[in-house]
Amino acid sequence: MIDFFQMILSGIAVGSSYALMGLGMVLIYKASEVPNFVQGEMALLPVFIAYMLLSSYGLPYYVAFPLTLIFALFLGCFLEFAVLRRAKEPNILGLIIITIGMEMLLLGFVSWKFGADQRAMPFPISTYDSIIIGDIYISTIDMLTLVVALIIMLILFLFFRYSKIGVAMKATQQNETAAALMGIKTHRVRMITWGISSLVGCVAGLLLSAVLTEPYMMWDPMLKGFAGAVVGGMTSLPGAVFGAYIVGVVEHLFGGYVSIEFKSVVAFAIIVLVLCIKPSGLFARHYVKKV
Amino acid sequence: MDMKRNYYEDVQLFTSGVIVFWLSVLVIGLAIFPFVAKNYYVYVANYMAINVIVVIGLNLLVGYTGQISLGHAGFFAIGAYGTIVLMTKAHFPFLLALPVAGLIAAGFGFLLGLPALRLEGPYLAIATLGFGITTTQIIGKIKAFGERQGLHAPELTIGTWHLNTDRDFYLLLIPITLLLAVFARNIVKTKVGRAFISIRDADIAAETMGVNLTLYKTLAFAVSAFYAGIGGGLYAFVLRFIEPELFSLFMSVMFLTMAVVGGLGSILGPIAGACLLAWLDLQLRNILSIPYIGEWLEALSKSYFSITGVSNIQLIVFGFILIMIMLFEPLGIYGIWIRTKKYWKTWPF
Repeated sequence: MIDFFQMILSGIAVGSSYALMGLGMVLIYKASEVPNFVQGEMALLPVFIAYMLLSSYGLPYYVAFPLTLIFALFLGCFLEFAVLRRAKEPNILGLIIITIGMEMLLLGFVSWKFGADQRAMPFPISTYDSIIIGDIYISTIDMLTLVVALIIMLILFLFFRYSKIGVAMKATQQNETAAALMGIKTHRVRMITWGISSLVGCVAGLLLSAVLTEPYMMWDPMLKGFAGAVVGGMTSLPGAVFGAYIVGVVEHLFGGYVSIEFKSVVAFAIIVLVLCIKPSGLFARHYVKKV
Repeated sequence: MDMKRNYYEDVQLFTSGVIVFWLSVLVIGLAIFPFVAKNYYVYVANYMAINVIVVIGLNLLVGYTGQISLGHAGFFAIGAYGTIVLMTKAHFPFLLALPVAGLIAAGFGFLLGLPALRLEGPYLAIATLGFGITTTQIIGKIKAFGERQGLHAPELTIGTWHLNTDRDFYLLLIPITLLLAVFARNIVKTKVGRAFISIRDADIAAETMGVNLTLYKTLAFAVSAFYAGIGGGLYAFVLRFIEPELFSLFMSVMFLTMAVVGGLGSILGPIAGACLLAWLDLQLRNILSIPYIGEWLEALSKSYFSITGVSNIQLIVFGFILIMIMLFEPLGIYGIWIRTKKYWKTWPF
C-alpha cells in the first residue's frame, strides 16, 4: 500500500513538470491555434543559457535564474514576432510545420554549441536530498517542482482573472475581431502570450535540468505535457493540469505494476483511449463546426 | 491553368506529347544511369527512391486528404521489419513478402484511421505521433525482431537473380518506384481521389454530398501506410541492417518536411522534394568534407561552437528550410514550378 502512495506521489511530482509544459502549450494553442512543438526548445535554450551563466560566468543562481526567465520571455515574444506572425495564409498544417521547423532550428543550435554530452547543472538543491513524510519518500527537487507548479498555476489564475492584460488575452482568444474593435492590439497580446508560455515552460525546464541537462532533455516532458493537454481538451488550463497529472500518475502506476519497459509509451495509449471516447478531450466544450 | 473540355481529358495519363517526350527521356536516363554512374551515386539514387515512395504515399494522406500524420516512421518500420521477418522466419520469397508487409502496414494504417475519423488538427497530430513512437518502442522489445540489436537483411534472390550490389537493387527499386508513382497519380484522378480532395476541402460538405467519410478517411490512411510499408521493406535492403533507433520521430518529421518542401497536393512536387532533401540529408551527414563550407564550419565550430556537435547543423538547415518554405512559398517547389510555367506561358503579358 505504501508503494501505491509512493507511486502516486512520484507521479504527481513528475506530473507537475508535465503540467507546466502542458500549460504553456494550451496558452499558445488558445492564442495562435497551433500545437506548439517548439515549447520544449523554448525552454531548452534558456536552460543552457542558465548553464552558461552559472558555470562559465560564475554568477550565483539568484542572479542567473531571473536573467534566464527574462531571456525566456523575450525568446517566446521573438519567435511569435519574427516567425509565426509572418506566415502567409496560415492553415493548421502550415503552422504545425513552422513550429516543427523552429524546434529543429533551436535544437540544432543548442546541440551544435554544447554537443550531446550530459552536463552537470550547478543547481542549488542536490538531487539526492529527500523529505520523508510518514513512510513516503519524496526528493526535495520533486517537492520543489510540485510547489512551484502550484504557485505558477495560482499566479496564472490570478493573472487571467484580475490583470488587465490577462483579461485582454482572454478577450482575444474568445473573439479576435470584437477584441480588436474594443481597442486591443491583438497581435501584441498574442506575442505576450507566447512570452508568458515560454516563461512557464522555462520554469519547468530549469526544474528538470537539476536531474538531467542535455540537448534532448525537453523532448519527453514536452510530449507528455502535450499529451496531458490533449487529454484535458487543449483549450482549458485546468484541463491541461489535470491531464498532465493523470499522465504522470498513470505512467508511474503502470511502471510499478505492469511493465517498466513500456512506461514511457503508456501516455500515448491514454491519449488514444481518451480521444476515442471524447474526441476533443475531457474538459473542452463540445465544438460544433460551422459549414 | 490548363482548360479541360471533358472528363477524359482530366483522367488521361499524359496530357500532351511534350510530357510523353520528357517522361521517356527520364525513363531512358534512369535506365542508363546505373551503368554510367559510380557506385556511391547509385546508392544515393536508391536512397532517394525510397524516400520518394514514402513521401508520395504521405502526400496522398496529408496533401490530398488533409489529414496530418507525424507517425509515418511507424509504418515504415512495420514494413521494414515485416519484410525481413517474413523472409527469414516464414521463408516467403521477397516479391511476396514485400507486398504482404505493405498490406500489414496498411492494416495498421486502417486501425489508426479509425480514431482519426473523429480527430483533427492537434488531436490527430498527437495521436499519430504517439503511434509512431509506440510502434518503434514495441518493436524494440520483441525478441523475434532482434530487440535493440536490430536485424540483418537476408540474401536477396529473385528466381535465379542474386541482387548483391546497389546496382542490382537499383534495377529492382526504380521500376517499383515508377509504378507506385503512376498508381498514386491514377488514384488521384479517380472517384477515390476526388473523394479525398473533397474531404480535405470541406469534410462536412463532402459528407452531405454522399462521400462516405469512414470509408475514405480510413482508406487514405491505409493507402498511405501501404506506401510507407513498401518503402520500409525496400529500405531494409538498401541499408541491409535495421534497428529500432532508425525509425525515430525525426524520420517522421523528415518525411513530412519532404512532402511540404516539394509541395502538398501534387505528385511531382513530393518527388522533387524527396530527391532534394534526401540528397541534402546524405550530404550533410558528413558536412565537414564538403569543400570550402566544411573548412569554414570547422573553424567556426572550433572557436564558437563544439566540434562534436557539428552534425547537428543538419537540424538547423532542415529547420530553416521548413520555416522559409512555409513563410514564403507554402506550395513548395511545385508552387515555384507552377508560377514559372505560368510566367513563361503568358510572356510577355
